[in-house]
Formats: sequence, structure tokens, C-alpha cells
Amino acid sequence: MKEASPAKAYALHLGVIVLLFALSFVLPEYHHGLLARIMVLAVFAMGYNMLFGYVGLLSLGHAMFFSAGLYGAGLAVIHLGWSVPAAFAAGLACGALLALVIGVLALRTSGVAFMIVTMMFAQVFYLIILYFAAWTGGDQGLVVPQSARVLVLGDTSLGLTNPTVRYMSALVLFSIVLLVTLAVARSKYGRVLVAIRENEERTKMLGYDTFSNKLAAVVVSGTICAASGAAYALLFGYVGSTFASVQYSILPLLWVLLGGAATTLGPLIGTLFMYYVVDITSGYTSAYLLIVGIALILLVLFFPKGILGTIRQRWLGWLP
Amino acid sequence: MMPLLTTKGLSRNFGGLRAVDGVDFALMPGEIRAVIGPNGAGKTTFVSLVSGRIQPSSGMIVFDGADITNLPAYARVRLGIAYTFQITSVFANLTAYDNVALPVQRTLTDGRSKGAVHAGVMVALERTGLADRAHMPAGQLSYGHQRLLEVAMGLALKPRLLILDEPTQGLADSEIDDFIGLVREIAKGATVLLIEHNMPVVMQLADRITVFNAGKILAEGTPEQVRANAEVQDAYLGTTP
Repeated sequence: MKEASPAKAYALHLGVIVLLFALSFVLPEYHHGLLARIMVLAVFAMGYNMLFGYVGLLSLGHAMFFSAGLYGAGLAVIHLGWSVPAAFAAGLACGALLALVIGVLALRTSGVAFMIVTMMFAQVFYLIILYFAAWTGGDQGLVVPQSARVLVLGDTSLGLTNPTVRYMSALVLFSIVLLVTLAVARSKYGRVLVAIRENEERTKMLGYDTFSNKLAAVVVSGTICAASGAAYALLFGYVGSTFASVQYSILPLLWVLLGGAATTLGPLIGTLFMYYVVDITSGYTSAYLLIVGIALILLVLFFPKGILGTIRQRWLGWLP
Repeated sequence: MMPLLTTKGLSRNFGGLRAVDGVDFALMPGEIRAVIGPNGAGKTTFVSLVSGRIQPSSGMIVFDGADITNLPAYARVRLGIAYTFQITSVFANLTAYDNVALPVQRTLTDGRSKGAVHAGVMVALERTGLADRAHMPAGQLSYGHQRLLEVAMGLALKPRLLILDEPTQGLADSEIDDFIGLVREIAKGATVLLIEHNMPVVMQLADRITVFNAGKILAEGTPEQVRANAEVQDAYLGTTP
């Protein structure tokens, strides 16, 4: 499984990145903007997949990692006047630190208790954002001023509000995280994570400190989600408490389940699918959620392992 | 010669039941030791205490001169205590290859072996005769092959002490013969602690036998001594008319 055709897998992933790059030049304006947003949110889904897909830990609190990046980057720009790279790094650091603390506490539990504990921590995080409304803007959120959203690289300065710059920035982040996910999935560490998912007790008896391995996975997962949040704040200029609500903990779960848990490209497919089903159906009817619901039920019936998960199971065993 | 493993006053209570009750045990390096006894005698609990899967209520465990009583299971594995499960517990959804790769990469990380993961995996699979099934999901292997895979995983840990919990359970007679050969092969490089119900296997393999009854050691000795012991016959072997 892991030994088979690495060249094919790398070619596929590079192909997807090249395709997304080429789409930037042909897509109409509306879809161009939507795809940039989808790529940033697919990073969120990939971060979620790292923990849910590979380690089998179902968290209902990942909105807090996303919003740690969102607020970490956004507030650094708004209140401290930090540059774009520094603010992005601040977002990553906030997410990593939060994930470390939450991981140490929540990993004392497993299964349903883990879901509840992560959800409660996320609610606490959400309420803290509302409580400190003077700095966070409360439920109104904050707009990151356009003048601050400029990436200075040497002599050139790139405005992140420019659609092409925004799209390419999203693509760079997406590509890095995609290749990191692929590398982890194929690594020795990835093999240990899957072993923990399959049978934690047995993995311990093979000499693995499963707690440390799970904690590392929570931190990697939280940091990737924070990268998505930080990029969202800087690219789209809005920092809002909705992103910390429980809805945004469930969405990445849905995207990953749709695309295929423990597949590297599933998170992108799931996010893309959800966005376009909503986008297309809401153009025809105001009852679009009904159609979304039916689409989800059909998917569960015919693609129980998600779109890519089922394709891998039935036809393409080499898919990573 | 110093024993590889000793326990002193080792006990474990489950509620009011003393599953293991003040066991003093010593195992010399290189021996094949069988642990026998009726159901519920505390054999599996005893080896679980040694492997660290459960914590003792009191007593002490010394491995190679070091007190390991408070070490977690994974740390004991890294010292060289490998445990193969009574109920087959391979990773059913992973290939046989990946099942063995996990212990192999562990010993590489610990610096207890050298080389590449691939070579280590193939050696362990070849020793157990599973090399041609390397890329099958473990759950699709026959029961006998799953038991062998379990042993391959134990071997790949490069154990100094290999604990086998009822390894021949559910194997066909022909498979058992191969298995006896395999354990003899393993014992050239490691000490083996074997829980086994199959008496012919015990008599053929064991250098010494420890008999458990009601959480205590009832008798210990060579196969001949144990066979001749009247108490053991009462408790376990059944008296011949």
C-alpha cells in the first residue's frame, strides 16, 4: 500500500497543483474568487483530516484552531500594526500553542468524551472572543484594513486584495500543506498514526508512546488549521466570531467525510463539492439546503467512505 | 549467572480476587520456560504484569538488573520485552508488510537494529514463511497465518524476552509442528516465556515448567519433575488411572 508506485502519487498531486494554477487564467471572476476561498478552507479540512482521518480522533472543536489563526493574525495587524508575514507567523504560533495545551488536556479522554471535551473547549474559546469585544469586535467581528494587507517582498509590494495575488497566495499555502500531508501520510510517522487509529493498545505493545504521537498529531493538525485561519484573515480581510462557532467545527468534518477521510486529496474534493452544490442549488431555489441534504444522503449511500475513499477502495488502490 | 527476569512478591487484585498472589519468579537468560495451570490460575495476568499491560497492586519486577515495576508498557518493549497476544491482534486493515514494518521501524529508532525498514521486514516475514503474502491485508490471512504474523511482529521487535500467550491456540496439528520449530529457532537468540495449554507442545519445548494455581506458583521444575509431581497432577494434569 505504502510501497506501491510513489511516482504515480507524486505526479497526481503535482498535476492537481498545476491544474489549479492554470485555472487561475481561465476562470471567470466569480469562480476565481470562490476557488481561492475554497483552497484556503481546504487547508482547514486537510488539517482536520490529519487528526480525524489518520489518527481516528474525532474532534468537534477545530473551529478554535482555525479562529486562533484568524484572530492571531488579524488582531496582530489591526492592533499591533504587524506586517503580513509577521501576522501570519503570529497566527501559526497561536494555533500551535493552543493545540498543545488543548491536546495535553483533551487526550486524557478518547471516543465520545474526546468529542465533548474538544467541543466544550471550543465553546469556551468562542465565548472568550465575545467577552473581549473591545479587542475582538465581539459578534460584529473586525475588518482588516486594505492598506495593511500588503505583502512586501524586497522591492515589490503585492496587495493581497488583488484577485490574482490572492489566488496565488492561497494556491501556495494549499500546495505546501498538500505536499506536507502527502509526506506525513507516506512517512514512518504516518504509519504509526494509522496504527494508533486501528488499534491503540497493540501499538503501545510494539513500543510506541501513543500519547506523545497523538499529541504531536494534534499540534500539527491545529497548526495547519491555524494557517488556514491566518490566511483567511489576511486574504479576505474579515475576522469574525462566526468562524469560532460550532458550525465551523462541524464543517471540516463534513468536508473530510465527503471527500474521503485519510486520503490526501479528499479534503479538497469535499470542500469543493460542498461549496459548489450550495452555490449551484441556491441559484435555482431558496430551499437549497433540502437539495444539499439529499445530495449528502446519496453520497453516504453510494460513497460510504467519501468520494476519494470509495474510489480508492474500488478502483485505484494506489491513491494515497 | 544472573536471571534475566525476576519478580518479588508480585500481586494483582481485581476487586476482592487475588488474580496473582505474591509470586516470586526467576527466569534465566536463554531458557524456554512454559507457564501452565488451569483456567483462571492467573497466567495471563502474570505475563501482563511483566509486559506492563496492567500495573501490579504490590511487588517488584526486575529485568536485566533494573527495576521496571513502574515503567509503562511501551518503555518495557524498548528494553526488549515483547508480548504476543493470546487473542490474535494484528492490524487487520493494514498489509502484513505494514504490520511488521511498525516493530521494525521502532527498533531502528531505538538504535537496537541497523539497516533499512524494508530489509528488516522481509527478514521477519521470511522467517515466518509469510514473505509471499506481504501485501495482503492482515485481516484476509488465514487464522494460522495471522498467528504467524503475530509472531513475526514479536520477532521484529528484536526481543530479549519474548512472551507468547497461547500461541498454538486454534492451529492445525501440521501448523503446530512448524510452530515448535520456529520457537526453537527464536530461542537461539532470545529467552522465551510461553503460556500454553497444549501439553505435547509444552513437553517438547520447555526447558523448565512453572505451574500456576489460584494465583500462586504451585510447582516448578523440568518437564519430568513436573509430570511426576502429585500436586500438579491433582490440580491440572489429571491423574492417570
